Amino acid sequence: MTLSLQIFQFILSGLTTGSTYALIAIGFSLIHNATGIVNFAQGEFVMLGGMFMITFYTFLKLPMLLGFVLTVFSVAAVGLLLERGPIRHARSKEILILVMITIGASIFIKGFSMILWGKNPMTLPPFSGEAPIVFLGAAVMPQSIWIFGITIGVVAALNYFFKGTMTGKAMRAVAASRRSAMLTGIPVDRMILLSFTLSGALGAVAGIILTPITTTSYDVGVMLGLKGFSAAILGGYGSMPGAVVGGLLLGILESLAAGLISSEYKDALAFLILLTALFFKPSGIMGRGRLRQV
Amino acid sequence: MGNKNKISLLIFALIIFTLPAILQNNYHLMVLNVAALNIMVVIGLNLLMGYAGQISLGHAAFFGLGAYLSAIFTATCGFPLWPAMIMAMVIAGIVAYTIGIPTLKLEGHYLVMATLGFNIIIYIVMVQFDAVTGGPSGFAGIPRLRLGDFTFQSDRQIYYLFWALSIAVLFFSMNLTHSRVGRAMAALSHNEIAAGCAGIDTDGYKVKIFVISGVLASLAGSLYAHYITFISPGTFGFFYSIQVVTMVLVGGMASLWGSVFGAILLTLLPEVLHAVQEYNVLIYGLILMAVLVFFPRGLFPGIAGVFAKRRTAVPPDSREQLALEKRVWCRK
Repeated sequence: MTLSLQIFQFILSGLTTGSTYALIAIGFSLIHNATGIVNFAQGEFVMLGGMFMITFYTFLKLPMLLGFVLTVFSVAAVGLLLERGPIRHARSKEILILVMITIGASIFIKGFSMILWGKNPMTLPPFSGEAPIVFLGAAVMPQSIWIFGITIGVVAALNYFFKGTMTGKAMRAVAASRRSAMLTGIPVDRMILLSFTLSGALGAVAGIILTPITTTSYDVGVMLGLKGFSAAILGGYGSMPGAVVGGLLLGILESLAAGLISSEYKDALAFLILLTALFFKPSGIMGRGRLRQV
Repeated sequence: MGNKNKISLLIFALIIFTLPAILQNNYHLMVLNVAALNIMVVIGLNLLMGYAGQISLGHAAFFGLGAYLSAIFTATCGFPLWPAMIMAMVIAGIVAYTIGIPTLKLEGHYLVMATLGFNIIIYIVMVQFDAVTGGPSGFAGIPRLRLGDFTFQSDRQIYYLFWALSIAVLFFSMNLTHSRVGRAMAALSHNEIAAGCAGIDTDGYKVKIFVISGVLASLAGSLYAHYITFISPGTFGFFYSIQVVTMVLVGGMASLWGSVFGAILLTLLPEVLHAVQEYNVLIYGLILMAVLVFFPRGLFPGIAGVFAKRRTAVPPDSREQLALEKRVWCRK
């Protein structure tokens, strides 16, 4: 295999994982825009997505599509409960405290999953077969096409939601200024609730499509969350196109580094990219420098 | 540092140093020794969380950095013990500075993720770089603590050393919070913009506090390594970072006595809850969430507040503070 073909192959597999990072990054941005907090449980949503799908599809033998829908609803419900429970009832609404609450929730979800699903890694069968398709000389797994296609579908749907529907516009108004949104009669509390629910659903989708190629276990959430966060920072925190670009770029860089440099330190790279981005361009590729509000 | 604190510190030291006379079981002493080390880490972390308003989820990495570096310096390179520990502290300080500079200047909680990522990296290096660190099977044969010709052998001897050091750290931090630096930090934690307008170098102080807390964690890590004489990556994973953060929050942010209380309580708790080992993670998550939701100022100030209420009918500024915090939520 020639080097250029090899690089092409790495880029393709990078795009696959990068798509899921993009979904996770969008989840981070949604909650951040509505509330200003970094939701630590985002990675756990992804883990739960994989776990619920395994439960519905492998254990309960439900049809795949039904399992998919049920999983998305279940994890969205977890997001909803997180907001309705601890976040809403917190005595102090300081950002620091709320961020810590999501950390507590993430540990709780992890501990709960360990008891419920055990410590062994589990996997899902690919959606349609395992025979690789040859594309311009590189082998592509059908699952990669599924991942890429579903991500594009989700991003397009979200784009329509935010630009074309009243609720989506209201959510953008809340992101722009919570107080002004409240003054114009937008139910801010409900928008915050919706952002947590949507983030849960996005995490579930990411988890379902990723599990067939990577396997899942109770402790994968932290790493996936960190990758998604790095992608969000890289692209520009809080920006949707930024999250997509950041996710894909991170996926490609990681895949190239794993293939050409060292696969053992692959995970370390995501953090190095994060720190480099913070060093040189903290507003990210697509983000505008934010003015400091006094 | 007020007289009240001096007296409390003296009483605390008296209790701590008479305890070994009552405790005959070496295991109990060992648990308390670990608690003393945790106090050092937690006090450092509380300076960061309570005063600079920043969270670090990477203190296990600094703890591990101290442990591994001083193990490598002494056992592999053959350096003398105390200089090796100081070198480890200096390196940990430099690392904290390098991470702190870009992340602490930004608004928001970038430090959380940066430190979490840092923790994961350090863990990966500990496991993968096995030629130097011993990999997953750990690093054995670390020399015991020595002071001149005297080697600390028993848990009892270590007890006096560790608690003396951790009381010294407590004393140092109390002085720090009551100094010019401490007042600047207090102003910083109350309102960063106002503090900046008053001429306080807010970014500089945040970075400095982060470095101090990293160095304290490194010191505790070195002491741990030379006490147990065997270290493995598992001790320095993400979960330890969560544990120390929980200790800070249970004790109450910006309360140094709270940190002592939180560290001791949560070090002893797993010993009490031996039966539920499997549920350890779950319980930590629950405690963390419950304390934050119901006692955002920590359990210790909560308990102290109950006693204070008897004397003053209205708790000093808590109501005002709560109103303020509600407004923060609606602002933006």
